[in-house]
Amino acid sequence: MAEAARRNLKSTEEIAHGIRCSVFKHAMQNNGGYLSQACSAAEQLAWLYNEELHLGPPTLPMIPKPFGGVPSAGNPDYHTGAGYNGPATPEFDRLFIAPAHYALVAYAALIEVGRMAPEGLEMFNKDGSSVEMIGAEHSPGMEVHNGTLGIGLSTAAGLAWGRKRRGEPGRTWVYMSDGEVQEGQTWEAIAAAAHHGIDNLYAIMDVNRQQCDGAMSSVMQVGDIAEKIEAFGGKAVWIDGHKLDQMREAVKTPHRGKPLIILANSSPYRGMPSLLLRFPRLHYVRFKSNEERARMNVEIAKSLGVSPVDLGEGH
Amino acid sequence: MIEMVNRPYETAFEAHAIANPDVLCLSADLTSSCEIDKFRDNHPDQFLSLGMAEQNMLSFAGGLGLAGFRPFVHTFGVFLYRRPYDQLMASIAYPRRKVRLMGFLPGITTPGGMTHQAIEDISVMRSIPNMTILETGDATEVESICEAADSIDGPVYCRVLRGTVPRLFDTPIKVGQMRELSAGNDVLIVTSGITTEEALRAKSALEGAGVSIRHIHLNTIKPFYSAAMLDHITSVKHGVVTLENHVTEGGVGSLLAEIMADHGVGKRLIRLGLNDTYAHGGSRPYLMKYYGLDATALVGGVGQLLQQDLGISEDQLATARVEAVHSTQKAEGL
Repeated sequence: MAEAARRNLKSTEEIAHGIRCSVFKHAMQNNGGYLSQACSAAEQLAWLYNEELHLGPPTLPMIPKPFGGVPSAGNPDYHTGAGYNGPATPEFDRLFIAPAHYALVAYAALIEVGRMAPEGLEMFNKDGSSVEMIGAEHSPGMEVHNGTLGIGLSTAAGLAWGRKRRGEPGRTWVYMSDGEVQEGQTWEAIAAAAHHGIDNLYAIMDVNRQQCDGAMSSVMQVGDIAEKIEAFGGKAVWIDGHKLDQMREAVKTPHRGKPLIILANSSPYRGMPSLLLRFPRLHYVRFKSNEERARMNVEIAKSLGVSPVDLGEGH
Repeated sequence: MIEMVNRPYETAFEAHAIANPDVLCLSADLTSSCEIDKFRDNHPDQFLSLGMAEQNMLSFAGGLGLAGFRPFVHTFGVFLYRRPYDQLMASIAYPRRKVRLMGFLPGITTPGGMTHQAIEDISVMRSIPNMTILETGDATEVESICEAADSIDGPVYCRVLRGTVPRLFDTPIKVGQMRELSAGNDVLIVTSGITTEEALRAKSALEGAGVSIRHIHLNTIKPFYSAAMLDHITSVKHGVVTLENHVTEGGVGSLLAEIMADHGVGKRLIRLGLNDTYAHGGSRPYLMKYYGLDATALVGGVGQLLQQDLGISEDQLATARVEAVHSTQKAEGL
C-alpha cells in the first residue's frame, strides 16, 4: 500500500472532522456514545495517524474478523489487533491507546486513514465482535490491554527500553488521558522511564479535564500536570489540543534521556457545542429522551456541517 | 547429615542469565535480599533497578516481554501479587508474556509478619489463567529453578528459597513431574517447598509406628496433570494428608481435594497448613511449630486420618534445624 499516497488523499483537518462525524453518526444511531472523547481527541489522533506515526501498511483484513478467543496455550492462532497499525518491525512506531474507552474514537481514526473499513464500526460493541466497546488486545489498532487506567505508560516504557536495547529506530507512543494522572502508576512509570533514560518513549495526553464522575476538579484535583511530570523526570510541553501546528512543533522538543509527554489542552465539546448542555456529565453521553436525541441530532449535524442522521421510524 | 548449600540461587541465576542474553534481571529494592546483588555488580547491563514501585515493574516487565525479552522479576513473593494484582493480570498473565516471577520468602519463611508473608500466593496464582506455578523444596530445586522457569511458554510464578538451603534431591526440577520419595500403601502424604523436609523428618517415626507412608513431593503446582496423582491416591488404603506452607484453602490441599472429588475417590483428606489464619513475625521453626506446619503436626494429621494415637513423641522426630532470626549474613533478617 502506498502510505504517502494515502496520506495525501485527505488533510489531517479532514480526518479530524471525519472522526467527529463518524462518532456522531454512531452515537445517534445507538442512542449514545463516547461523543466528548471524539470532540477532544479528533485532532490528536488524526495528527498521530496521518502525520506523525511511522507505520507500515495494515497486516489484518479491512473488515475485522470476529472474536477469536483469548490468549491461551490452546489458541495458537491468537493475535492482537496491532496489525491495523502495520507490522511490529524495528523501523516502525508503535501506538498504545491507554484510555481504552477511547476505542470508538480510535476505530473512527483507523477508518478515516484507510486502515479499517467503515463496516468495522458497525460491529462496535456487538456480541461476538472483536471491535469491543472498551478496546481489548484483539480489537483493531490495539496491542495491549489498557482498560485499567495507568498501565499503558508502564508497558510502553518496558517496550521502549527493550527496543532501544535492540537498537530499533521505531518509537513507542502512548495516547493518554488526563484522568490517568490520578493513578499512582503513571508517576511510577515516568520516574522509571527517566531513571533509565527511555527517550524513545512518547506520549500525547488528552487534557480535557473530564472523567467518569464529571469535571476532574470536582472529583480529585491533580494540580499542574506539566510541573509534576518534570518533577518526576519527564519532559512535558503544553499545547492547544486542537491546533495541529502546535503538535508539529511540540514533538520537536529536545528530551534527551527523558520521555516526552505532550499535554494537549482540549475541549470535550469542540465541534459539537450542544454537548455543553450536558456538562459536566460528558464521559458517556446517553440521550435522556427521544426529544433530546432528535434535537442533538439536528444541532450537532448543523455544527459539523452534515445532514442529520436518519434515526428511522418512530423518531 | 543433610548437606547445606549456601545461596544456591545466586550462582544458579548468574549462570543462567549469562547463557541467555534475552534474560533480564529486574529488582524492586530487594536486590541483596533476593541474592542478586553480586549479579547487579558484575552484570549491570543485564540488570534493571525499578525501585520500590511494583505496579510499574510488572507492567514494565510485560512491555519487556512484548519486546522479546524474558525478565526475571525479583522481590518477595508477596509483593508480586498483592499490590500489583491488576498489572499481573493485564500486563503479564492475559497476554502470556514470558515473565518469570521469582517470589522469595514464601509463606512463613520470613520473620516479617503479615505484610511480608505470602501465605495465599498459590491460591491466587492457581486461579489466574495462563499462569504456571513452581515451588522449590531444596537446594537442587533452587539450582534448577531458573532453567525450569525459563522453559515455560508464558508467565511463571516461582516460590524460591534463599540463604542456607538443605539438599534433599540429586536431580533437577522436571516441570510437571512429581517426586515419589517413598512408596508405602497406608497413607499418602503430599508436600511441597519447606514442608517436604518436615515429612522426611517424620517418616521413620511413622514407619516405626507401623504406618506405611507413600510420600510425594511437588515442584510443579500448575498446570497439574492429575493421572499420576490419582494412581498414588488409589494405591493407599486410608487416605491423604497434605502439609503446606500456605493457607489450607486454594493450595496443595485444595488441589488434592479437587482431584479426589473430580474422580469420585471416596477417601479421607486431611489438609494441614495455615488454617484460615494470618501468621505473625518470628523464626521459621517457631512459626512452623506454632501454626502446625512441622513434622509434629504431620504426625498428628496422620493419626487423625487413622483415628488413632500413634504414640510418637517429639523426641522421636529428627532434631529440627534451628536458625536465628538475625543471622550474620543479613543483619535485618529480611
